[in-house]
Amino acid sequence: MPFDPSIAAIRFGTGLGPRIVPPSSAAAMIDRLAGPDATAQALPIQPFAEAWRLFRDYRLTARDMRQAGSEAERDALEVERDRLREALEAARLAQARTRIARVAVAEDGLRERLVLFWANHFAVERKVPVGGLLIAPYIEEAIRPHVAGRFADMLEAVTLHPKMLIYLDQARSVGPGSPVGRRSERGLNENLARELLELHTVGIGPYSQEDVTELAKLLTGLTVNEEEGATAFRPAWAEPGAETVLGESYGPRPGLEPIRAVLRDLAARPETAAHLARKLAVHFVSDMPDGDLVAALEATFRSTGGDLLAVTEVLVAHPAAWERRKQKVKTPLEFVGSALRALGVGSERLLMLDDRDTRRLLLNPLQVMGQPWDQPGSPQGWPEAAEAWVTPQFVAARIDWAMTMPERLLPDLPDPRRLVEDALGPQAAEEVRFAAGAAERLSEGVGVVLASADFQRR
Amino acid sequence: MAQLTRRGFLGALALGCSAAASPLVTPVVFASAPWESRLVVLILRGAMDGLDAVRPVGDPDYAALRPALGQGGLPVGDGFWALHPALEPLLPLWQAGEMGAVHAVSTPYRDRRSHFDGQDILEAGSGGSDIEGVRDGWLNRMLGAVPGVRAETAFAIGRENLLILSGPAPVSRWSPDARLRLSPQARRLLEIVHHEDPLFRAASDQAIAIVDGLEAEGMERGGGGGHVRLAEFAASRLRGDTRIASFSLGGWDTHFRQAAPMAQALGRLSETILTLREGLGPVWSQTAILCLTEFGRTARENGTQGTDHGTGGAMLFAGGALRGGRVVTDWPGLDEASLYAGRDLSSTRDVRAHAAWVMRGLFGLDRGVLEGAVFPRLEMGADPGLVL
Repeated sequence: MPFDPSIAAIRFGTGLGPRIVPPSSAAAMIDRLAGPDATAQALPIQPFAEAWRLFRDYRLTARDMRQAGSEAERDALEVERDRLREALEAARLAQARTRIARVAVAEDGLRERLVLFWANHFAVERKVPVGGLLIAPYIEEAIRPHVAGRFADMLEAVTLHPKMLIYLDQARSVGPGSPVGRRSERGLNENLARELLELHTVGIGPYSQEDVTELAKLLTGLTVNEEEGATAFRPAWAEPGAETVLGESYGPRPGLEPIRAVLRDLAARPETAAHLARKLAVHFVSDMPDGDLVAALEATFRSTGGDLLAVTEVLVAHPAAWERRKQKVKTPLEFVGSALRALGVGSERLLMLDDRDTRRLLLNPLQVMGQPWDQPGSPQGWPEAAEAWVTPQFVAARIDWAMTMPERLLPDLPDPRRLVEDALGPQAAEEVRFAAGAAERLSEGVGVVLASADFQRR
Repeated sequence: MAQLTRRGFLGALALGCSAAASPLVTPVVFASAPWESRLVVLILRGAMDGLDAVRPVGDPDYAALRPALGQGGLPVGDGFWALHPALEPLLPLWQAGEMGAVHAVSTPYRDRRSHFDGQDILEAGSGGSDIEGVRDGWLNRMLGAVPGVRAETAFAIGRENLLILSGPAPVSRWSPDARLRLSPQARRLLEIVHHEDPLFRAASDQAIAIVDGLEAEGMERGGGGGHVRLAEFAASRLRGDTRIASFSLGGWDTHFRQAAPMAQALGRLSETILTLREGLGPVWSQTAILCLTEFGRTARENGTQGTDHGTGGAMLFAGGALRGGRVVTDWPGLDEASLYAGRDLSSTRDVRAHAAWVMRGLFGLDRGVLEGAVFPRLEMGADPGLVL
């Protein structure tokens, strides 16, 4: 099938909308992706270091409060702790508004979708209830700059990022033969090593438990400076000697250099190319993707040494990616973001929501749809299969949002018949056109368009 | 047998859409579940203080550890144990042998005492102090080991994505606060815009049927707090073809002036169990409710009449299928030398062994499956005889 602007916006972007000009060609999509990241500049996220300072202040205050000598001192620290906790939550919600606004208004929808895809590939979660504000800056700094760059660079940025080191327990892993390991009970934690192989690079199959353990030993010493929220290497925690991972020897001197070397090698493995090619095709095109599409992505990944711009270009240029039938179901965030886009809700409206409305209109509904904000439940990230999202509860939540929330976000709802064209373009399903014109009330007309199977798919 | 989709597609037909021949146009008929017994797993998030809920008042060291918190209580059995006063509504169940406790138990999680890690390990059912790459829940793996399981067999209830039921085996999810208020016209139009897509059509039909069912039972408006609605919804499903339900109750992280929040949390737990009992009606006699928490709390009160994160704790249980009226334990004692790391109640048995024996008793599951696929590296040991 040939290129089509509506399919380009819906399948590879964050949807159509009255304020959005859909891409004119696959080449134009790639040109824009290769250019500057205008969306991130217009809608910035706070730096990780700034989020960390707030997080650290809270933790230190909470600790001082627990150790307070007197009731009066304790009460004063409690007031301060509560103030900091509110500030952490306010920062998290401000980031959430910004991230949803980006999905809703970005000119370059493809970049937003790639950021969502790679952030899910390298999924992290908060480690303590107040830690949610660290996730968006991690995505912003370790993932977003690399979506049109090289996979090896993204892998290194992610693996060495303090958020990932904390999330997958690397920050407290100690080599059993290291100076610290020999005189304490602290030991090896294999979490990061396991996920690095299984989820982030080669996928299940080519490695053994021995490879996991060796890689975990190789990673020892890599930890986080809690004071600054920065990556650190502590030689006293590092397992001495060389380690062998997938047949390659690293070391024997511990340090960041052998860790960078193993990451480069893992990024270049053919199994990594195959794993990522399939994952991209499954995410963007079909739960059962065309074999030729996967092969083309894999071949380009290998021939270009993991150049993600080149791989993305193959994805949007391949005929199998342009089938008319929409085989994928939007995730709840993609659904809500594309609905806001179709309704023409601007970033100014979204950024000005107060914290209560951010929860009521956006984050709570996403949770009932099955996508609690930044909490996929495991490092595996959100599921891909349509069946995981299209359950009675989750669909009820999508319908309920479509019927009730647009009128709380927009003073004047669009005519549903216009919304069909804005949201679905010239190929809108006939039954959706019919239903849009048959509703008794404006809000229900808008609701049935957004709740339609045609709009829920991409 | 239940007919979920009682509506035809006449509305769609009348409005000009073709009702193509599809298995989903005919009513959805569910096969019966593989067994009659019901299992409800309540996750108590925040780490319930087992030493406060079920107090070892007969232990010579207890009073000194709990000078403020240990006052009062409802003596049960021979008087070694006393229940927290807020459990008074459940005392009749205890006396009838329909409620009891297992004490000095925990998951294999040790030392780090983080809620999140502790809950992940509790729900994953993994066999070490680390999640060890286990990404699905033990109830889901149990379902995966049983033939004939359908999505309606198990319900994860509430807004959260309960790890305990997550995984490849089919599971239903519903949150009683999921609303679906639709005018008749909106319903007809929704049928039309979902009609060509079997996946969406089936899901929205079932959603509407569930909401209609709740409305017919007068539950739609929902009285009481969130926990009562969760319990009412669970009971409504368990009366039908559902056999397993799980949801969570929070409010157990009582670091500071514990007396008030503990009484509130136990009050909600009591209402939850009594709501389940009332809602289950005759099915109560086939039901087992297990109340699991991520870990216990420190044996000593802290400086603010609260308790901090600990190790060993208690599992409360209830239901007509269980042998209650007692505290099942290999009591380690509370003297300094017996405390774990000098601070926590020691755990003398893996709480997973109790859950495994309950599932073996209720569902007849093979011991090899329970000690492997369901709970990695568990040794079930001797049968504690919880199931009647």
